[in-house]
Amino acid sequence: MFGNLSDRLQSTISKLRGTDKLTDDNIKEALREVKLALLEADVNLLIVKEFVNSIKKEVLGAEVEKGLDPGKQFIKLVHEKLVEIMGTNPEDINVKKGGLHKVMMVGLQGSGKTTTTGKIAKKFQDVNPLLVACDVYRPAAVDQLLTVAKRAGVTSFEKGTDHDPVTIAKEGLEKAKAGNHSLLMIDTAGRLQIDEKLMEELARMKEAIRPDDILLVIDSMTGQEAVRVAKTFDDTLGITGVVLTKVDGDARGGAALSIRKTIGKPIKYIGIGEKLDGLELFDPERMASRILGMGDVIGLIEKASMAMDEKTAKRMQRRMGSGDYNLVDFLQQLEMMKKMGPMEDLLKMIPGMAEMGGQFDGASKEMGKTLAIIQSMTTEERYNPSVLNASRRRRIAKGSGTTVQQINQLLRQFEQMKQMMKQFKKMGLMNPSKLMSGMGGKLPFKF
Amino acid sequence: MFSKWRKKKTDQLDSLAEEIAKESGESLLSDKKEEPSAKEGASWASRLTSGLSRTRNSWVSSIASVFGDGKLDEDKLEEFEDLLLQGDLGVEVTMELVDHLRQGWKDGKYKTVADIQESLKTKIQEELTLKISPLNLSESPFAVILMVGINGVGKTTTTAKITSLFQKLDKKCMLVACDTFRAGAVKQLETWGERLDVTVVKGKENEDPASVAFEGIKRAKQEKVDILIIDTAGRLHTQVNLMEEVKKISRVVEKALPGAPHETLMVIDSTTGQNAIEQAKVFNEALDLSGLVVTKLDGTAKGGVVVAIHRQLQIPIRFIGVGEQVNDLQNFNPEEFTEALFAI
Repeated sequence: MFGNLSDRLQSTISKLRGTDKLTDDNIKEALREVKLALLEADVNLLIVKEFVNSIKKEVLGAEVEKGLDPGKQFIKLVHEKLVEIMGTNPEDINVKKGGLHKVMMVGLQGSGKTTTTGKIAKKFQDVNPLLVACDVYRPAAVDQLLTVAKRAGVTSFEKGTDHDPVTIAKEGLEKAKAGNHSLLMIDTAGRLQIDEKLMEELARMKEAIRPDDILLVIDSMTGQEAVRVAKTFDDTLGITGVVLTKVDGDARGGAALSIRKTIGKPIKYIGIGEKLDGLELFDPERMASRILGMGDVIGLIEKASMAMDEKTAKRMQRRMGSGDYNLVDFLQQLEMMKKMGPMEDLLKMIPGMAEMGGQFDGASKEMGKTLAIIQSMTTEERYNPSVLNASRRRRIAKGSGTTVQQINQLLRQFEQMKQMMKQFKKMGLMNPSKLMSGMGGKLPFKF
Repeated sequence: MFSKWRKKKTDQLDSLAEEIAKESGESLLSDKKEEPSAKEGASWASRLTSGLSRTRNSWVSSIASVFGDGKLDEDKLEEFEDLLLQGDLGVEVTMELVDHLRQGWKDGKYKTVADIQESLKTKIQEELTLKISPLNLSESPFAVILMVGINGVGKTTTTAKITSLFQKLDKKCMLVACDTFRAGAVKQLETWGERLDVTVVKGKENEDPASVAFEGIKRAKQEKVDILIIDTAGRLHTQVNLMEEVKKISRVVEKALPGAPHETLMVIDSTTGQNAIEQAKVFNEALDLSGLVVTKLDGTAKGGVVVAIHRQLQIPIRFIGVGEQVNDLQNFNPEEFTEALFAI
C-alpha cells in the first residue's frame, strides 16, 4: 500500500534541501509522513502523536548540516528515537538452578501462550521446568500443554478441567517445590481484558502463587487495541515483561512500540514460528527498522549464517572474486540459498526491496529450474561449460525437464554474472560491507 | 469441560438462541437462492448491538464529544480522522472518509453532528454492501466448507459455531480435523464434536493433512451428510510451504469431489491491525476465498479492519463472532453492522 518511510520521505524531504534551518513549516509534511508510516505499522494513534511531537521538538531550529542529506538525517533521528523508547536489550528471565523461579503466562485468546510456554521451558530445559496447565476452559487446552511439554522434554502437571485454576496453580507450586524444579511455568487460559471475572481469577492466582515474573503474551499483529490490552493486564496484575509472538509474519509490529510506551515494561522475547526453538531475545534496533518498513538486514544475516559457516562464506567470497568462478561454485551457492528459505522472502528482507513485492514472485521456481539444470550436468561440464555442445545440451534439457533454450539462457546469464563479478572486484566492491553501500544507497544508515 | 458458571451461561444462551429462532420465525441462514433476509428479528439485532456495544459506546461518545457544539472546523475534522484511525480503519480508508466529510462540509452539505454521522453511516455501509450471495449449502451430494486462517484467530471454535448453526437448520454435518501439527488441535475439534454430536474425521499426528481431507470426503459420501466442514491448521501467510500445503488440501478435495470446496472461509481476528489486509490478500490469491469470518468482535476491537479488507478484496463477510459461546456467531449484515456501530 505504502512504501517504507525512507521512500515516502523522499519527496517531502527533498524540499528541505537548500533550506538551512528546519522550521515548523518546512517539516510539517515530513512529520505527517512519519505519522502515517507509524499508523500503517499499527502503532497506537496517541503514541504516534506523542512521538511525532517529540521529534518535532528535537528538530525544530536545527541547522541542516551542509553536505548531509537532510532526509537521511531525519530518518536516522526517527529510528534512534524509536530504539530509545523500546529500551535497551532485555535480559533473560532470572532463572537459577537450585532456586525456584515462578512465571505466570497471560494474554488474549490465540496470542500463543501455550506455545510460548513450551518455548521458554525448552530454553531453560536444564533447570528442570514444571509446566502447569491452568486453562480449564478451551477444549483440549490441557492436552496441548501436555504435548508441548513432552516435545520440550520437560515435566508437566494437570488436574483436568473440573478444578479452579487457582487451586491447580497452587498444587503445581507445591509439586515444583517438592520435585526439585527450578522453574515453574503456569499456562493460563486466554481471556479478553474486559472479562472482569476472568481477570479477577488471574489476580487471585497471582496472590496465591506470588510469581517472580508475569509475562504478557501478545500477537505482533495486534492493531490499535494493543495499548488497552497491555494496560488492563498491567493494571490488574502488574506484569513484568512482554513476549511478542508471530514475528515471523510480515506485520510491521507497531504494537511493540505502543505496549512499551504505555506500560513501560520490557519486551523480553519474540516468538518466531511454531517450533519450540523459535524464541529470541527482543532486539529494539531490529524492531525499530521493522516498524519503519526498512527491511531486516540482521534477520537476513542470521539466516545466512545458519546456512553456512564463516569459513565457507570466506571461501565463497574468494571464489567470487577469482576469475575462474564456475558452475560448481554457483551450484554450491544456490544450494545454500535454498537452505535459507524461499527466495521471495529473502529478497524482501533487503531494505528497499520489500516494496517491489510482486516482482519476485516465481523466483523460487526459477531457482529450482536452474538447480535442476546444473545438477543434470557432469562434473566436467560444470567446471568447463564450453564443452557443452548441442547434443550435451539436449541431454541436460531432458534430464532436468527444461528446454535447450532455457539452458542457453542460463549459460548466458552465468557469463554475464562472471563479468559483473570481475567489475565488482575492480571497483573494490567485493567486500560485503562495501557491496552493501554500493546498493544504490538504499541503506539510510549503518545497522 | 467448562467450569460451572460457564456451563450455566452456555445453557442460558442455548435457550436464548432457541427463543430467537422462534421469535424471528426464520433461521439465520438460507439455503434457498434468494437475497439474505433483511429482517432477522429484533432480538438478533439487539444481540449484535450488545456484542458491539463497547465499540459503539466508545465511538459514539467520542463522536458526541468531538462534535458537541455542532460546528465543524478543520481541527474537528482532524480529530475525527483520529477516531477512525483508532478504530483500525487504516490510513487509506480513513483519509478517504474524512476527505468526503471535509468536502461535504465545505459544500455546506453537512452542518450538524447528525449530518456527519448519517453521512458516515451511509459511506461505511456502502463500503460493506457487496452482493452477498447466500452461503453455498445445497450442493449435491453434500457441501464442503474449507476453514483457513493464520494461527490463533479462532478457526476451530468458529468451525464448531458454524456447525451448530447448520444443525439448527437440520443439516447433518461432519467435521474433518486437518490440523495434524499443533499439539492438541485434533483433540480440540474432537471435544467440540462430542458436544455437538457430530462425527469428526481425524488423521494421525503429522499425517499429511491433504490425505485426512481426502478421507473426510470419502467418509462424508458413505455417511450421507449434508455439509462437510474441514478445519485446517493455522498458518502464517508468509510461510510459503504451509501455504502450498493448504493449496494441496484444496486441490485434493476438488479431486475427490469435483466442484468442492464449495466455500473457502478465511477466519480473521478483529484485534488484528493493518496486517489483516495482507493476510487476506495472500490467502485469497492462494485459495480464491469465498468469504470471511471476523472473530472476537465482542472484545474491545472496533471492527474497522473489516471495512478495509472488504474494500480491498471484495470478499463477502459471511459471519461475525461476537462472543465465546457456541451461539455467538452471527450472520453478517452490513446495514445492521453499521447501524450498531453508529447508533446512539
